[in-house]
Amino acid sequence: MRLLLVEDNETLAQAVIDLLSLDGHGVDHAPHLAMARDFVQSVPYDLILLDIMLPDGDGRTFLHDLRRAARDVPVIVLTARSEVSDRVGVLDLGADDYLVKPFDFSELEARCRAVLRRRAGTATNIQRIGDVEFDLLGGALGVRGTRIELRNRELRLFEVFATNPGVILSKAKLVDRLFSADEEVSENAIEVYVARLRKHLRGSRVEIDTIRGLGYRLSVA
Amino acid sequence: MTPQGSIYRRLMLQLVGSAAVLAAILFVLFQSFARQLAVEAQDNTLLASASAILESVWVQQGQVRADIPYAALAMLGNVSDDRVFYQIAQAGSVLTGYEDLPLLRDGVQAANAAFRGDDIRMVQVARSLPIAGVPQIITVTVAQTQDGLAQKLAEISRRAILVGAVFFAVATVLAVWAARGTVRPLARVTAAVSRRGPVDLRPVTTPVPAEMVPLIGALNDFILRLDRSLARSEDFIAEAAHRVRTPLATVRAQAEVTLRRVDREENRTALKQMIRAVDESSRAAGQLLDHAMVALRADRLEQEQLDLGAAVAEVVARQMPLASLKDIAFDQQIAAGCLVQGDAILIQNAVTNILDNAIKYSPRDTRITIDVGQRGTLAHVRITDQGRGFGDDDIARLTDPFARGTNAGQTVGSGLGLTIAHEVARAHRGTLTLTQAIEGTGACVTFCLPV
Repeated sequence: MRLLLVEDNETLAQAVIDLLSLDGHGVDHAPHLAMARDFVQSVPYDLILLDIMLPDGDGRTFLHDLRRAARDVPVIVLTARSEVSDRVGVLDLGADDYLVKPFDFSELEARCRAVLRRRAGTATNIQRIGDVEFDLLGGALGVRGTRIELRNRELRLFEVFATNPGVILSKAKLVDRLFSADEEVSENAIEVYVARLRKHLRGSRVEIDTIRGLGYRLSVA
Repeated sequence: MTPQGSIYRRLMLQLVGSAAVLAAILFVLFQSFARQLAVEAQDNTLLASASAILESVWVQQGQVRADIPYAALAMLGNVSDDRVFYQIAQAGSVLTGYEDLPLLRDGVQAANAAFRGDDIRMVQVARSLPIAGVPQIITVTVAQTQDGLAQKLAEISRRAILVGAVFFAVATVLAVWAARGTVRPLARVTAAVSRRGPVDLRPVTTPVPAEMVPLIGALNDFILRLDRSLARSEDFIAEAAHRVRTPLATVRAQAEVTLRRVDREENRTALKQMIRAVDESSRAAGQLLDHAMVALRADRLEQEQLDLGAAVAEVVARQMPLASLKDIAFDQQIAAGCLVQGDAILIQNAVTNILDNAIKYSPRDTRITIDVGQRGTLAHVRITDQGRGFGDDDIARLTDPFARGTNAGQTVGSGLGLTIAHEVARAHRGTLTLTQAIEGTGACVTFCLPV
């Protein structure tokens, strides 16, 4: 996925870029509207994350201009303003969703995924891992011709494995990706979801190995 | 505000008071003028009679003789039943008639006097006749009692009173009309201002008389200042939120990125505690500002018609990604056509707060039921979760600011969510009710609005 982040706060922007890169997304960063306008002219983005208060103007103007130019790239607005006070609702201006700062990264991912899924409609984006078909937006696995619907956490866990094939992922890392940072979760909770995925993958060449003391690894036989 | 006097009443009192004074003056003038005319008429008759008698006096062989014509006295008797007296005198000695009729002083032609217990009006005429070659002054006095005149004057007084009363009545009617007309522009402005919605802060443009222009100008200035001040408050709250949240967002983002990089358990715990603290403070700041904004808007509620079901469905769709993070499913039972009057932003904010609470306090892999419907004149949004529910002692005080359930545990919260929902309900004359779920242990929050 190619994403554009329009955000003037460098530290926040770098953090968001680091996070999204972990999922294998390519992120361009525009610290002001002028650069953002240049970027959208030349790159077909899958999603734009847009701050409202920028040094050279209001993000809502950019959004308005974007929609008037009939570009329907999905936009998620990042706002630090009070939700009640934004009388010209960003949703009315054509944003797909908005997120109030400071936000939880899991929530940002969840909202991005929800927007992309909603926008994708019937179009599918199927990734092949061994003999397994992974439909990220549809939230399903195709194992030996059978479509298996995944629940949210199973989907996200499989997504993490799929973007890091052959890499050993610790339980702690997986907890970070699956749960909000402020949720009280024991690392053993991961075992439940790994067990469910293994059940779904039964009969395929794709396996989740337990590496004792280190974590888990996705491998294709 | 206690009214100090009334322009209408004061105007009425002044106009009616003036009318009463004018009516009294009119009465006095009319009466005195009429009385003067009546007295002059009587005097003229008496003079004519006296002159006729004087004309009939002649001198024969040095003796004064008088042949009083019948008509001279009859003309007096005709007018009324008054008795008539006369006297003919020569140089002060009475020749004929009533001897004791008083004489008038020289130069006075007519006067009132008392005679035999009656008030009389008398006139006197004189002429000089040569008697034995010596001119002698002959005086003729004619007098008449005043019963007829008194009757006439009483009649005149009655007429005068009638004229005064009619004048007063007409003047009073005109006073009412004038006072109403004067007060009418005030009533028009009052109506124009009070007909407005609470958010209509346009200047008043109702046409008014020149005298009221300064007042309306002052009112419009005040409206303008109020509008600006409210706008400033809203901008200030939005700006304050921005200022507080932006640095918190940076801290949180960095902490979260770092959390994904470190492995040592004590570092991870510290970072998680830091993220929790950021969440606590940003949530508290956000809710405090939202609360201030709700209070500000609740005072001048926007009253647009909205479909409660559609508004709630939007909120539910927005919270869906959050719920999916915990694998929480939504059961939506949303009836169509629940139309309510109110501020859509506030109502959606209230529902967001209730739903956000339900998601926060729900365990993983549970369901939240959202039920929107209408019973009689009340539309409701009922949100039921499968969490721990409310503590028994908590229900009564959970809508108080900063009150948190005794079983809230480690969940991040500011204690303002239900307060905001409660205040939004109250501003719309609705209610917020907290109960235990009928099935299971969960919490059930019902937000009711009149349709």
